[in-house]
Amino acid sequence: MDSSENIDSETIYKTDALIAEDIDAYLEAHQHKTMLHFITCGSVDDGKSTLIGRLLYDSKMIFEDQLATLEADSKKVGTQGQEIDFALLVDGLAAEREQGITIDVAYRFFATEKRKFIVADTPGHEQYTRNMVTGASTADLAIILIDARQGILTQTRRHSYLAHLIGIKHLVVAVNKMDLVDYDQTVYDQIIADYAAFAEEIGIEAFTPIPISGLAGDNITSKSTHTPWYDGPALVEHLENVEVMATANQAKPLRMTVQWVNRPNLDFRGFSGQIASGTVRPGDEVRVLPSGKTSTVKRIVTMDGDLDEAVAGQSVTLTLAEEIDCSRGDVIAAADAPPQVADQFESTIVWMDEAELLPGRSYWMKIGTQFVSVTIQSPKYQVNVNNMEQLAAKTLELNGIGVAEIATDRPIIFEPYEDNRDLGGFILIDKISNATVAAGMLHFCLRRSQNIHWQDVDIDRAAHALQKRQQPRVVWFTGLSGSGKSTIANMVEKRLHALGKHSFLLDGDNVRHGLNKDLGFTDADRVENIRRIGEVAKLMADAGLIVLTAFISPFRAERQLVRSMLPEDEFIEIFVDTPLAVAEERDVKGLYKKARAGELKNFTGIDSDYETPENAEMRIDTTKMSPEEAAEIIVDKIVGSWSYTI
Amino acid sequence: MQHSATATPLTHLQRLESEAIHIMREVAAEAENPVMLYSVGKDSAVMLHVAKKAFFPSPPPFPLLHVDTTWKFQEMYRMREKAAKDAGMELLIHQNPEAKERGINPFDHGAVHTDMWKTQGLKQALDHYGFDAAFGGARRDEEKSRAKERIFSFRSANHRWDPKNQRPELWKLYNTQKAKGESIRVFPLSNWTELDIWQYIHLENIDIVPLYFSAPRPTVERDGMLLMVDDERFRFEEGEEPVERSIRFRTLGCYPLTGAVESEATTLPQIIQEMLLTTTSERQGRAIDHDQAASMEKKKQEGYF
Repeated sequence: MDSSENIDSETIYKTDALIAEDIDAYLEAHQHKTMLHFITCGSVDDGKSTLIGRLLYDSKMIFEDQLATLEADSKKVGTQGQEIDFALLVDGLAAEREQGITIDVAYRFFATEKRKFIVADTPGHEQYTRNMVTGASTADLAIILIDARQGILTQTRRHSYLAHLIGIKHLVVAVNKMDLVDYDQTVYDQIIADYAAFAEEIGIEAFTPIPISGLAGDNITSKSTHTPWYDGPALVEHLENVEVMATANQAKPLRMTVQWVNRPNLDFRGFSGQIASGTVRPGDEVRVLPSGKTSTVKRIVTMDGDLDEAVAGQSVTLTLAEEIDCSRGDVIAAADAPPQVADQFESTIVWMDEAELLPGRSYWMKIGTQFVSVTIQSPKYQVNVNNMEQLAAKTLELNGIGVAEIATDRPIIFEPYEDNRDLGGFILIDKISNATVAAGMLHFCLRRSQNIHWQDVDIDRAAHALQKRQQPRVVWFTGLSGSGKSTIANMVEKRLHALGKHSFLLDGDNVRHGLNKDLGFTDADRVENIRRIGEVAKLMADAGLIVLTAFISPFRAERQLVRSMLPEDEFIEIFVDTPLAVAEERDVKGLYKKARAGELKNFTGIDSDYETPENAEMRIDTTKMSPEEAAEIIVDKIVGSWSYTI
Repeated sequence: MQHSATATPLTHLQRLESEAIHIMREVAAEAENPVMLYSVGKDSAVMLHVAKKAFFPSPPPFPLLHVDTTWKFQEMYRMREKAAKDAGMELLIHQNPEAKERGINPFDHGAVHTDMWKTQGLKQALDHYGFDAAFGGARRDEEKSRAKERIFSFRSANHRWDPKNQRPELWKLYNTQKAKGESIRVFPLSNWTELDIWQYIHLENIDIVPLYFSAPRPTVERDGMLLMVDDERFRFEEGEEPVERSIRFRTLGCYPLTGAVESEATTLPQIIQEMLLTTTSERQGRAIDHDQAASMEKKKQEGYF
């Protein structure tokens, strides 16, 4: 054990002494601690586990029996000879790995006299981007570990880029294993110079370099005698003094996202939420968005009594002097500096799901307490996280990061992510699997989103429908290739025509050769294909027509998207249910044969999924019903219900 | 947790409290039928206290659920009734009818006792009431595998947890979307440590079961553990006589399974002092602890944080 080890031990004993001698003084001191979240970036080789183990060990009391176990394990399986292997404190994870528990983000805790620390530890390599972005999303600070013998590596760049992307303001560049380069200042200076050049390149404005040895304990809890040439703080000292995000946010204008409206009785109406930024006092003028109405804060209500002031980071309940509409998803903001409201944005998206992004598909977005439906355009580009190169991309796969335009189905209240994480950071949720598929950051709203206004028209859709004396419909046939969709749809249209109804049939022949001739058969193209057909069908329904569509339309999400575009009851989904074997047997166009031979890729039912409808208005079993019979009951459904509603 | 002066940072306890309140309000707003699991222990006491603050002046908009084994300490039952009444919340008590019928008890049935009363009992209760979100008081510092469980943890319709398929949890955006029959366990105290819990109880003056404080109590020493003779159902082995000792409990479960420690700590600071200065981990009182909820409270069992 060297000299720095002794200093560490003293720190522990000092804490112990205060607990034993004056527990009240100890509690009083700990009561005023602040809290810092940070993330450590680096692989096992960089000594990350050793550093975290060291921080935990140095700052907390360790039970005698556990220390004995650690010492025994260190000798048995450790990599440090007779010395304690701190990595074992953290890498007990090996056992979990054997148990098959996914190692992604683990949160660990330690405390010093001044602060409580929450460390997000992301050991995984394969899912590194997803895990690191998740761990970094709540972090005030990131420690980028560099092995002094290796210098800046690809992963150093990757970690730095991700930390910067997620908006971490405080970066510590810890040059580790200084003991293995004889505490050589020139080695350290060269690494820091290289890093500074790289940092400037990617827009990192500031970072704090520290030479350390996690193993030997240099510059961790106290300044090391081995690096007299270093005049900055020890790591823990720096961690104890950095300003936390929540405190910095107090200086910004007030924003509170409303989570819950508190109405115990008719006389009390409070708006509960966590203050994202700024401060609030009774008497402050506030603006409620999206309505834009202003009011005055009457009380800040808590169980401990009303407050004179509340600040960013606090969860409070506000009452307002004037009764105005305000509900979950709204934002209470400083009246003179409200956030913006828009529905189209440029954003950075980090894809986190095994199933790739499908541009045009509709996903749920949660941003603050707002929950809306969104569609995402094809990315403008994808970023190679290893060298920050921008690559052309049509989609994003797991761990892909790209910049794309995003449109919400109604205007949302937002701020650029770099100004406010609460109103600029969002997650995307798949509407069918309910999985969190992506995280994203809004940068700015697109100007057109504020300039497009719906043109009021005098001849509206009701007028169109009335003139045609029919209820507009979109009759959506879905089913496998060769299931009989087009055959049945054709018969339906003939009957409608005979009944004097105004209709139009959209099918592969008239759509794929024109409107959608630029689209292929990848999942992404299939989504876009259906989206366009949906939009066209909707316009035709607006014009009063009964629209019949005959497309495989294999995905529930797109069928649901079209359904959601139309008034309730106007969308009729008809599942033409023909078993794959039967459809393949018929194989009218010889397509199955080609697909089986591998000549056709992405063929539904063969190497691309068909998602069976769950809530179709009608199911036609073609093994039990002729096309004629099917057409008859469908026409009854379309026209029959109209006669009742007129 | 009043915050007074301007531009001063919030303390760690203020931030932990604020985070827990935020989590509880998200659940109240987005879940259809939430419930708070209440085990009467110190973590439950903190969770309930934060819930009262989160919704004040309304009572918390969900009931408390105690999955009872009928073998808890009598003082726990008294605390349970009082806590629910003070909070103005409905208290639901579930006792597994099958375990009751078969007379499952900790003296004769060992691990089956815990499984039937607690594990099966909990599933029965959640199914019976159709709860789609259940708050629990578990913390990430309790054991290493907990360190990576999400705050919002999903359960299939069969109450299974799939650790390989956890949703990424970013910022403070919690995805509560789920299919019918699925449910969420929510852990608002995930980021608290045991010291945070005690310190908060101290600062907020939260009522906890008196068994946490030292007092003379009738005990029996068995297999290196101090058991308390809590009621007439206690089975003495040959030669055993109750002996009065000054004891307290670090964790509370079924009384015949929970070991006490000899202690003179009668105030919260003394308890915290004892906890911080203890040089052996808690396994001393846990030799035959099969109680699942109590294991949850086991701290530093494998690691040391």
